[in-house]
Amino acid sequence: MVGTSFKRVIRNAFINFWRNGWVSVATILVMVLAILMAGSLIMFQVLLNATLAEVEQKVDVSTYFKQDAPEDEIFRIRGLLQALPEVREITYISQDEALAIFKERHKDNALISSALDELGENPLGAVLRIRASEQQNYESIVRFLENGGFDSLDKVDYRQNEALFRRLEAVLSLSRRVGFGVTAVLGFVAFLVAFNTIRLAIYTSREEISIMRLVGASTWYVRGPFLVEGAVHGFFASIISMLIFWPVTLWMGPRAREFFGGLDLFSFYTQNLFLFFFALFLVGITIGVFSSFVATRRYLKI
Amino acid sequence: MIYFDNVSKIYGGNSIAIEGVSFTVEPQEFVSVVGQSGSGKSTLIKLLLAEERPSAGSIYFQSLDVHNLSRSEIPFVRRKIGTVFQDFRLLPQKTAYENVAFALEASGREDDEIAADVPHVLDLVGLSDKMDFFPHELSGGQQQRVAIARALVNRPEVVIADEPTGNLDPLNTWEIIRLLGKINELGTTVILATHDKDIIDTIGKRVITLEDGKIVRDEKRGRYIL
Repeated sequence: MVGTSFKRVIRNAFINFWRNGWVSVATILVMVLAILMAGSLIMFQVLLNATLAEVEQKVDVSTYFKQDAPEDEIFRIRGLLQALPEVREITYISQDEALAIFKERHKDNALISSALDELGENPLGAVLRIRASEQQNYESIVRFLENGGFDSLDKVDYRQNEALFRRLEAVLSLSRRVGFGVTAVLGFVAFLVAFNTIRLAIYTSREEISIMRLVGASTWYVRGPFLVEGAVHGFFASIISMLIFWPVTLWMGPRAREFFGGLDLFSFYTQNLFLFFFALFLVGITIGVFSSFVATRRYLKI
Repeated sequence: MIYFDNVSKIYGGNSIAIEGVSFTVEPQEFVSVVGQSGSGKSTLIKLLLAEERPSAGSIYFQSLDVHNLSRSEIPFVRRKIGTVFQDFRLLPQKTAYENVAFALEASGREDDEIAADVPHVLDLVGLSDKMDFFPHELSGGQQQRVAIARALVNRPEVVIADEPTGNLDPLNTWEIIRLLGKINELGTTVILATHDKDIIDTIGKRVITLEDGKIVRDEKRGRYIL
């Protein structure tokens, strides 16, 4: 009997869905709005996280050695640094490599090239590029280098960039918070609209609900089809939202990458297709079922 | 079978719908409840169906105190009571067949049973050729007959009709009353609430007269006197 009832609840849900065609379409479209908001929230967070990670990638400490610093000494310091737990990675750029990089960078500038030729010798020192395991560890690495009494060191280049990085980080994390707040508020508004649309749709069925109750239907037999219908609305709304995100991310992907650097939204979309759909589907079903549950409650009191 | 024990219903503190009403309905009886609009007929029926709660007193249906039942037990009582309303109360999105079948589906009957019973009952009320019509495609009299078919299909012990002819023309009115009489002859208790003098005087069965929420007359072979 439970199986029969379950089957009937499902069947009634689909019959209602079909016969209330316009109400179903309107409900789905409004739910699409709410789901798009939720999807944008996810996209925005992914984008900003990727950008933040990207920026952190670019941060390093460049340690410039004097021209006459012996390579042994440099390797000794590198060994000391490698022993520090705060250090993740060290790249050694020898004097010759530094010169090659410098020449490559200024190959179009005849003045610099000829000046170098005039000089006849390599004016550059070797460099150690240090990456910290954590953002906050740079400070202590710099302190270690500055207070270590290494005579061969020319200068430690972190301070110069530090202020810039700090600001960029602050801007990014602020925009993350603002973006999250704005999208969350919009998402909440969209949720309220979807919630009330469903409530209105069920309000028009209040008479039917009371009739069903009076001919002896149990609470769940009456409510079931509405919940299933809500889930079906959520399902279609999440599919439509997925279809909308396809051209949108395709269009926005390269532009966002140009602006933020790093991540292409479209490839995020295609690579996480199922996970993303599942997230939107979950949002859609939750809105549909929750709203229907709340909306039917008051008319079922009979 | 049905017993109202000193029942009162007061809406919103001081609007008295019915007051100190007691009566018994025996199995297979045909009882008409008459009174002007606002005399408490509909309230009486709503109380029996547990659509409303009494302010005082108890209502028994087959020795069950209707208002002591839990929310999940109420449907089982309602399945034993067929109801017909003035405004038909059909499900607008369902065909005549589906409206009648719904009552059976809700009580968990098997599909083959439903497929056998529904056409039979619709035939009984003379609508076997209108099974796939939606309510808005049927006349008032036809809609009311669908409602009666729905009330009958669960083989209820009692059929309650609340002003069933209020929205119908004289011809359809007599059709419906004749149908209710037939149902009663077949052994089902019928409670008919109406303010139609002609109907009451023609039926010639028990009449309970309500006035301002109180029973002023209860006669075995009553007439409509106000």
